[in-house]
Amino acid sequence: MSCNMVFALAAEKLAGNIEVPERAEYLRVIMLELNRIASHLIWFGTTSLDLGAITPFLYGFREREDILDLFEMTCGQRLTFNYIRVGGVAGDIPREFIPKCREFLGKFDAKVDDYERVLTENPIFVARNKDVGILTPEMAVAYGVSGPSLRASGVRFDLRKDDPYSIYDRFDFNIPAFHNGDCYDRYMVRIQEMRESAKIVRQAIDRIPDGEVRAKVSINFKPPAGEVYSRIENSRGEMGAYIQSIGEKKPLRVKLRGGSYNQLQVMPELVKGHKIADVVAIMASLDIIMPEVDR
Amino acid sequence: MEITGIFKYLYELLQSTGLPQVLVDIIALASAAVMIFGVLAVIALFLVWWERKVSAHIQQRFGPMRTGWHGWRQTIADAVKLLQKEDITPSTVDRPVFFWAPVIAFVAAFMVYVTIPFGDGLIVSDLNIGILFIIAITTFTIISLLMAGWGSNNKYALLGGMRSAAQVVSYEVPMVVSVLAVIVFAGSLSMVDIVQSQAKIYKWYFFRLPFGPIAFFTYIIAATAETNRTPFDLPEAEQELVAGFNVEYSGMKFAMFFLAEFVNMFTVSAIGATLFFGGWQGPLLPSWVWFLVKTFALVFVLMWFRWTYPRLRVDQLMEFSWKFLLPVSFANLILAGWMKYSGWFNW
Repeated sequence: MSCNMVFALAAEKLAGNIEVPERAEYLRVIMLELNRIASHLIWFGTTSLDLGAITPFLYGFREREDILDLFEMTCGQRLTFNYIRVGGVAGDIPREFIPKCREFLGKFDAKVDDYERVLTENPIFVARNKDVGILTPEMAVAYGVSGPSLRASGVRFDLRKDDPYSIYDRFDFNIPAFHNGDCYDRYMVRIQEMRESAKIVRQAIDRIPDGEVRAKVSINFKPPAGEVYSRIENSRGEMGAYIQSIGEKKPLRVKLRGGSYNQLQVMPELVKGHKIADVVAIMASLDIIMPEVDR
Repeated sequence: MEITGIFKYLYELLQSTGLPQVLVDIIALASAAVMIFGVLAVIALFLVWWERKVSAHIQQRFGPMRTGWHGWRQTIADAVKLLQKEDITPSTVDRPVFFWAPVIAFVAAFMVYVTIPFGDGLIVSDLNIGILFIIAITTFTIISLLMAGWGSNNKYALLGGMRSAAQVVSYEVPMVVSVLAVIVFAGSLSMVDIVQSQAKIYKWYFFRLPFGPIAFFTYIIAATAETNRTPFDLPEAEQELVAGFNVEYSGMKFAMFFLAEFVNMFTVSAIGATLFFGGWQGPLLPSWVWFLVKTFALVFVLMWFRWTYPRLRVDQLMEFSWKFLLPVSFANLILAGWMKYSGWFNW
């Protein structure tokens, strides 16, 4: 979803005259935040699996399943979503989406409490993560680490607040940040982000207006020549899209930037002096996904 | 259900046929061995199925459902499949060591049951050194793990084997010391005597405050480590070691390791039930039912650990054993000795 979004944002910025309807903006935010939750749930599951706990993995996937159901209902896909378009979204949500979404959000906080009971308060989990793989704020900034891993090091930088795109400035939410920069803090940041994202979705479905979901953009839409970079905050940090246009139907160059690459770069610094078992924990806590590294 | 009765009857029947005494003894012992093996094989198969069901329900799944009622035939099918598999011996292994490792693990796992009382009189041999015998035999597991690791000629297997050996040796000590606290109170090493000293529920060693619960908890933690289960399942930490010591094993040999692992889990629970929860003592129901109920309850606790806890790191594991568990169990042993000597709670 976030790749859709960032590309659409870049194209809209380049075109300059596309007015995205209000309802579409709300739908975008709902989808982006649900996607963030789904992504963090996978991270939660795989992290616990890497540390040897098998059950939380299935707990995470259980809630993700609900989100995927919502996505399937909206855009027909469960994995490679293609919903956000230049000028809005592909289509309106079905009628049963809002009640289903409310139902999910209603139980979600209790589920996060469950996760916390299973892992956060577990002495073994704390022993495995506290003071392991400390990422100092200086190092994080120098390596260009972004997203939750950066905020765990004490740099409260989130594009949703610091460079608001779409309609994020209308919602009331916090940016969780910690100061130790160890694996445990990175874990805590993501857990709290899930709660904050749920908060945003809750506000969005309460306020969503009626109306069009897509501005009229011609298929042969030709943006003016020039180059543009747009960025959003996705679950792994800054997601950027660079488009170079020569005024044709197709862009000359497109480059997508994901957060994982920088997070992988910082690995050699973090694993120095630790045990092999800690490498697994550190890698899991950075939430690196290999396909994104080689973008 | 008196096994010794049946056993005696068989023995006398054999003697009356006029066979030589040596042959009579051998046949009698062999029948006892077959009986124990049969019971334990069924228990181990049941435990595999049960573990899958418990894990599934903890994880909000169903587990095996297709074969029979709630999938009860699943492990039988799996066992048959494993038996039919081609027995691959990689060309680089040290053949005799590779071959004997699972055999030793298997035999050691079953040999323990010579002195475990399944019920009132349901014991193969009430040795006067019963618990000592059990502790001695369970130590064989280390040798088989080392042999499997070394014989496989594979770096992951070797690392897994070395880790398990280090782990089992470190946790053996607190386990034995916590068992000693019970022995001090019972005043006997014989399993039957230990059970008989807990005739009433308030006499169970678990309820002998304050030393009983401490001894039990140190025992169950050490026992979890002893059976290489989460949170102490480092020998098979798949994120670091693929599968640990048994990575090169397949087919029948793998099945032997697998079965031995589950039998060991049953063993430590059975010892726990015998030493701390009065063994087969209990009202109304037959004694062997009580024994099985208590043992399975402890097995369930071990499974519960496994499916909720993450894994410790190898240095944390060692630290926990030597710096925490061992001092606690020693202090507890001294406390138990003092309680026994001073006559406190000596009901």
